[in-house]
Amino acid sequence: MQGLLPYLVRRLLWVPVILLAVSFIAFAITRFGPGDPVRVAMGQYSDPVVLERVRHEEGLDKPLLQQYGIYVKNLAHGKLGESFTYRNRDVSEVIFPKIWVSARLGLVAMLIVFAVGVPLGVFAALRQGTWADPLSISTLLVFQSIPVLISVPLMQIVLVLKLHWLPAAGWGGILDTHIVMPALAISLPGIAGVARLTRATMLSVLREDYVRTARAKGLGEFTVITRHVVRNSLLPLVTVVGISLATLVEGAFFAEMLLGVPGIGQLAFQAVNGRDYNIILALILILTTTFIIASIAIDIAYTIIDPRVRYERREIG
Amino acid sequence: MASVDYVLGEDEVDRERPSRGPFALAMRRLLRKKIAVAALIFIGVFYFCGLFAPVVAPHSFTDQDLDAVLQGPSLAHPLGTDKLGRDLMSRVIWASRTTVVVTVATLVTGGLVLAVGLGLLAGYVGGRVDTAIMRLGDVFFALPGLPMLIMINATLGGRIRGMGWLQAMEDGLRINGFPDYVVVFGALSLFAWVGGARLIRSQVLALRETEYVTAAKAMGASTARIIVHHLLPNVANIVIVSLSVSLGAIAGTEIALSWFGVGVQPPNPSFGVMLYEGGNIRTLQANPHLLLVPGAVVAGLIFSFNLLGDALTDVLTPHAR
Repeated sequence: MQGLLPYLVRRLLWVPVILLAVSFIAFAITRFGPGDPVRVAMGQYSDPVVLERVRHEEGLDKPLLQQYGIYVKNLAHGKLGESFTYRNRDVSEVIFPKIWVSARLGLVAMLIVFAVGVPLGVFAALRQGTWADPLSISTLLVFQSIPVLISVPLMQIVLVLKLHWLPAAGWGGILDTHIVMPALAISLPGIAGVARLTRATMLSVLREDYVRTARAKGLGEFTVITRHVVRNSLLPLVTVVGISLATLVEGAFFAEMLLGVPGIGQLAFQAVNGRDYNIILALILILTTTFIIASIAIDIAYTIIDPRVRYERREIG
Repeated sequence: MASVDYVLGEDEVDRERPSRGPFALAMRRLLRKKIAVAALIFIGVFYFCGLFAPVVAPHSFTDQDLDAVLQGPSLAHPLGTDKLGRDLMSRVIWASRTTVVVTVATLVTGGLVLAVGLGLLAGYVGGRVDTAIMRLGDVFFALPGLPMLIMINATLGGRIRGMGWLQAMEDGLRINGFPDYVVVFGALSLFAWVGGARLIRSQVLALRETEYVTAAKAMGASTARIIVHHLLPNVANIVIVSLSVSLGAIAGTEIALSWFGVGVQPPNPSFGVMLYEGGNIRTLQANPHLLLVPGAVVAGLIFSFNLLGDALTDVLTPHAR
């Protein structure tokens, strides 16, 4: 793990800079939005004098940079601002229950992705040269190509309307039949991706010298595969955890909307339609922070799992 | 010479043009893959229909046949009609025009101009320029793509759509919904360049140190000449691969934005709008064709893009595996 600590320090120092830049971009965009939140909040009884006063109280008449300064100051105190549509409620009050729902859904989906994807990839790689390999891989590519927007309604047609197996929509926690469709919908593309990657790395590991050595010294095929091939093939998968996290979040946006799951996807949809920019802003900041932390955690995990990885002074790319 | 023919094998020999570039060879290998050809044909038909929608489509996307509302397939309407009596086949063809315009425009601006331009600049010039471009890339990379795109389109979309010259262009070019297209592909391009630029930069960093670039410099070649003649041809393969891999995602994102209501606005046709209209549970029960028809076309297109991307990766970067 040589060089990990300085590398980590450089990465961590960079985090607040990125967060500041991201929040400024996102903040500036919200202030160019159509519709005046104060006017929306006042409804039809808007009195120009009151309008100006409220705008002044909320600091909306100040220059953009000053408004941003106030936002960051509040942020430093853990305040994400007030929701425009949920009157008199703090954004964090609205947002955290939704995140809890989405996080549980995402965790279940992530488990499905790796629990199904890895064995499928191993299976395909071991069947290379037979019909089973191209069949399973192209089937997976089909699943990878169907957007959640289409796969969810398809599932609804088959599983709900034809077979009556599942409830059409709703949410009841992770031990409830409602979770089946959203979890399946957002994990399908990920399963395909993980399986294809597992297969590709399996195939290259199978050609390694140490695999031949293991066979030559008389180990059973099962032991060779499980102990030497699969374990070494799983390393690159650590790097895709981050990518699949992003895919899951994007999928969740649509699956939650379509299936009535009260998570951040549904909240984002409502916030966009209600021009509730403080909520969108908070969502973007939370997601960005999550991704950055996840990517750093993955880098650390990678060096611990694979001692061959070194972080040099200058990373390429 | 017969002996040379024998060594090279049949298909590598071309009597009229003795030497063939690696790119042409790669294209030959691509055309030998049946699946890749099938994908290319699907994509070709799709782009043809989209480009020539006014000629190909039997009806306009707004034409209503109120005697035939929500009908299944028939001779007059091969793919049925929607709840306003609009011909579904024509809607699909017009919607593919939206996909065509957005994918091509995003590819050219975000995938080629911005990605290649900034990647070359960062890699070749280096120093502060490199740092500035790459750090900007870091910021864009850290922003969650879809939520950002939704927000940009929701907030700035209205302003951009309202600009006078865009409306004038819509009338001038006779493309319905032109301002919508600009909003969508502009926002997409903003995020599409980062991956490509990083890739190209890392390639250029290595190419910059090669002997032939040093030789060209020693002979007094200008920076422009080195970039155009020595660097661009050598990153072309990688550019093509990364573009082809991202096409499916670009098409999918436009559809997602329009589905969300922040992309192409009705009545202008988009697969996103059609999928939204066909996707609620009552419509699925009564008229599943409203979802199945656009859904099949979209899934087919993204599947073809993915197949083509895989095939191009195999053919153009053989050493990557």
